[in-house]
Amino acid sequence: MIEIKNLKKSFGDLLVWEGVSFTIEEGEITAIIGRSGCGKSVLLKHINALLNPDEGEVIIDGENIFELDYVDKRLLRQQFGVLFQGSALFDSINTFENVAFPLRYFTNQTEEEIHENVIRALRYVNLEKAAMQETAELSGGMRKRVGLARAIILEPKYIMYDEPTSGLDPQTADEINGLILDMASQFDVTSIVVTHDMHSVLEVADKVAFLDQQKLSWHGTLDEMKQSNQENLVDFITASEYQIKQKKNEFE
Amino acid sequence: MRVFKELGKYSSLLYQGLRSSTEFSTYRKNLYQELVKVGYDSVPIIILVGVFTGSVMTLQSAYQLESAFIPLSTIGAIVSQSILIELAAVISGLVLAGKVGARVATELGTMRVSEQIDALESMGFNSVSFLVVPRVLAGILMFPVIYIVAGVCGLSGGLAAGYFSGQVPPADFLEGARMYFFPWDVAFGMVKSFVFGFIITSIACYKGYFATGGAEGVGNSTTQATVLGCIYILLADFVLAALLL
Repeated sequence: MIEIKNLKKSFGDLLVWEGVSFTIEEGEITAIIGRSGCGKSVLLKHINALLNPDEGEVIIDGENIFELDYVDKRLLRQQFGVLFQGSALFDSINTFENVAFPLRYFTNQTEEEIHENVIRALRYVNLEKAAMQETAELSGGMRKRVGLARAIILEPKYIMYDEPTSGLDPQTADEINGLILDMASQFDVTSIVVTHDMHSVLEVADKVAFLDQQKLSWHGTLDEMKQSNQENLVDFITASEYQIKQKKNEFE
Repeated sequence: MRVFKELGKYSSLLYQGLRSSTEFSTYRKNLYQELVKVGYDSVPIIILVGVFTGSVMTLQSAYQLESAFIPLSTIGAIVSQSILIELAAVISGLVLAGKVGARVATELGTMRVSEQIDALESMGFNSVSFLVVPRVLAGILMFPVIYIVAGVCGLSGGLAAGYFSGQVPPADFLEGARMYFFPWDVAFGMVKSFVFGFIITSIACYKGYFATGGAEGVGNSTTQATVLGCIYILLADFVLAALLL
């Protein structure tokens, strides 16, 4: 379980958000939504202590991660798989080696075991055939899937997705959404999805946290969100729906 | 105020690097790769720079000292001393501030802005140990070797230029070089190149590691790494000369 308590973050004089508190239960998929620049990715980077807050705590399995020393933080981070917005693949090595990377450094697996596990992870994201391709040759959707294979290779307890569907065509975005759901159900991982894609939220989320006006403006289940009449949240959802409808109309 | 902030961040990065230098297994593979990139890959440009510097020095010294009262061996002495004490270390340092410094700053800067460093940290890696330590170590270890290559090439270039131009016979050149050869000069050159290796790689790592702002940001950090590397080489050259000579 991840408990976020009274978190505050600013960069210099610029306040990102304050008083952010909510809980992410085991096995749940929580979507963090909000407008561009509202600090969704910043919040995500606090959950595995890549950034430190000005105030507040993130408690994971009973431990405040900001009180851990660097070695313990690194051990804790190994429980997390992260899919970055731009995939963050290492461009000096090929697809196979990108996925094998954590195994080579954090396990004592033999070459055979590494090969077997990497191919299994790549097969899971339907990219087995691209194993020997250079990462520069991969499309945006393929890069996301390789990033996902790398994120799950150490069988993490938590997976964090930073804008997993941004920049992807609707079909590929649906495939990624399907993988997020599969991952949560098959491996029983706790997932945190940062996105402003409402289609994705409606598809995958159990709970939703809405960041707006430098605070956590709303938090609840997906059904509660659909019935909410909180003005800013409704505006955000309506704008997304309007965009989807408008594109649909243009197409028709 | 900004200078102190930058100095604080730079010192903190070096401190982290020093602390994590014990994690040899994390950076072993990268260290071997960096030794090759910093050392072996720089040899062609250093040979070129060394040979031409020695050649030009010999020809210019022969032109300036053209007199019946000055023995030709003096040219060998001037060229060898200048190369071993100053030119081999400083010129190769300035050239490598461009070649090695720019490469290191660009590599780390690109990794920073494309979140590859965040990816390393989020996997549980110590990114400083993995990226910074091997690059700085490679600079410290390989620059003295590069200094020796530059020195040998400079002297060979000077000797060859004197011979082929017919202005300084090899016997006179070598006599002068031998007469004024002091092992301390070489030791001094090695100390300088060791310091230059540290300056170039640590500044480049610092600028790259903390790069911000996309492609333009990486470009800026690369430029700053190269310019600052050159400036601090010249400053360190002065300080070391004042302290050690």
